[in-house]
Amino acid sequence: MIRAEGLTKRFGDVTAVDQVSFEVQEGEVFGFLGPNGAGKTTTIRMLTGLISKTGGTAEVAGCEVGNEADALRLRRQIGILPENVGLYEGSSAYENLEYFGELHRVDPVTLRRNIERLLRDMDLWEKREIRVETFSKGMKQKLAIARALVHDPILLFLDEPTANLDPEAAKMVRDTILELRNQKRTIFLNTHNLDEAQRVCDRVGVLRTRLLTVGSPRDLESTLFGRHTVVRLERCTEEIANAVRSRLGSRPVEIRGNELVVEVEDPERDNPEIAVAVVAAGGRILELSQPEASLEDVYLKLMRESGPAT
Amino acid sequence: MRLSQAWIVARHDLQLLRQRRGILAGLVALPVGIGLGFPALVEFLLIPRGGPDPASWAPMFIDAFAFWFVIGGAALPTSIASYSIVGEKVSKSLEPLLSTPTTDGEILLGKALAAFVPTVLAMWLGGVLFQGLIDLATVGPFGYLYYPNWQMAVELFLAMPLVALMAVEAAVVISSRVTDVRSAQQYASLIFVPMIFVYVAAEVVLPLNTLNLLLISAAFGVLVLGLFGVSLRAFRRDEILTRWK
Repeated sequence: MIRAEGLTKRFGDVTAVDQVSFEVQEGEVFGFLGPNGAGKTTTIRMLTGLISKTGGTAEVAGCEVGNEADALRLRRQIGILPENVGLYEGSSAYENLEYFGELHRVDPVTLRRNIERLLRDMDLWEKREIRVETFSKGMKQKLAIARALVHDPILLFLDEPTANLDPEAAKMVRDTILELRNQKRTIFLNTHNLDEAQRVCDRVGVLRTRLLTVGSPRDLESTLFGRHTVVRLERCTEEIANAVRSRLGSRPVEIRGNELVVEVEDPERDNPEIAVAVVAAGGRILELSQPEASLEDVYLKLMRESGPAT
Repeated sequence: MRLSQAWIVARHDLQLLRQRRGILAGLVALPVGIGLGFPALVEFLLIPRGGPDPASWAPMFIDAFAFWFVIGGAALPTSIASYSIVGEKVSKSLEPLLSTPTTDGEILLGKALAAFVPTVLAMWLGGVLFQGLIDLATVGPFGYLYYPNWQMAVELFLAMPLVALMAVEAAVVISSRVTDVRSAQQYASLIFVPMIFVYVAAEVVLPLNTLNLLLISAAFGVLVLGLFGVSLRAFRRDEILTRWK
């Protein structure tokens, strides 16, 4: 659905996005993670043809980005929720959607049906005639998502959809995104909310001007940190550690106080072996656990490794 | 360029205009003020206090008053265009608009129409009022109907629309450089100043007859074309999203 190859954007001497390459498959929720100024919004703007690219190529929904002949066809097939929702505050929810539906050339009958369905889905149907200026932030965000969907696009770009929202409103919006995911919509999501990315995205890319890594949250966690089993013992000795080492082959085993930290490949295969080795060496197991690195750990590690922000 | 797409933008902006009572009031007040005020001046001050043959001197004043419809054409659309462009910029609604399958030219044309159409209609309405009342005040002393005449036709159907277009284009260029509606209106209203120069020059150097008005309109036409290129360059989505303040 999206294919970017060496996508680059420079503003004068400043490189905002540098040689970014990735692919997004149909029906996938792909998250772009990165700090403020990492180039996330610039990437969305390039992919949606809102701003020109300085280098590289990109294809979105079968349209070549940057090709003027494809520009209108591209914008017909995608929906965009910008970082600032930019609704017409003096108009009603219905009028906001109607205007954008007309601009997308949706025929009047389909448009009325789409507006009703979307407003009902977003719990805004009863408030359709009320001016948007009276809406809460969460309601405005949901209306802006409905606006991005009014022409039934095949691909949705969401730029920081929960930024600046209180927890309740953020949850409201996140639930909406999860619902869209259940509908098998292809979604490109910009966020710096790691918890949101972990819960919503099939795959994430970590961006800091350059694309640092791409993968599913789980793959990134295990690739960057490996998998560990922690065995808490009544008393941990070097003999017990050696027993585990010899049982599992030359696997790294570390003693941390009364805990034994063992790097494992397959926990279901390796954990029983660890338990047998510990008990055979006279150890008394109090707890055996499999702590997982979070996406936050992955993100922070990558940020540290990529050096200071430019 | 699809006119129907531009018209969707214009129709929406006209709907939004209905919510801005201050601008609507100005839209009605200026043409009606000119249309009522100057004929009243002619009726109650000039004719009673002037010389014995009003037909020999009064037309000079009436023509000068009529030129205010051209000047008004510069004043009215700037406030509408400033709201419609800077207002969208301030409320951040330009980016969603730009992400629809609408070209920059169609958006610009739509916004220009939304400022141009009400201005021209309001000034025509004021012009009808002005001509009717002037005729009422002067038909007795002159012995003939002064309006309609070619001079007024050139002013209302050529010079004023061109000036209105010029003002819209200036508002677009100014809107790309300012951050709030009030500043945009203040800067855009400066288009009024050259109009005053034209007015004074017309009084001193060349009389406001039909031929001279056609020449002035031709000059306005050249300026409209020049400003059109500048405004098109200012209103490009790349510029709007990355360089507009």
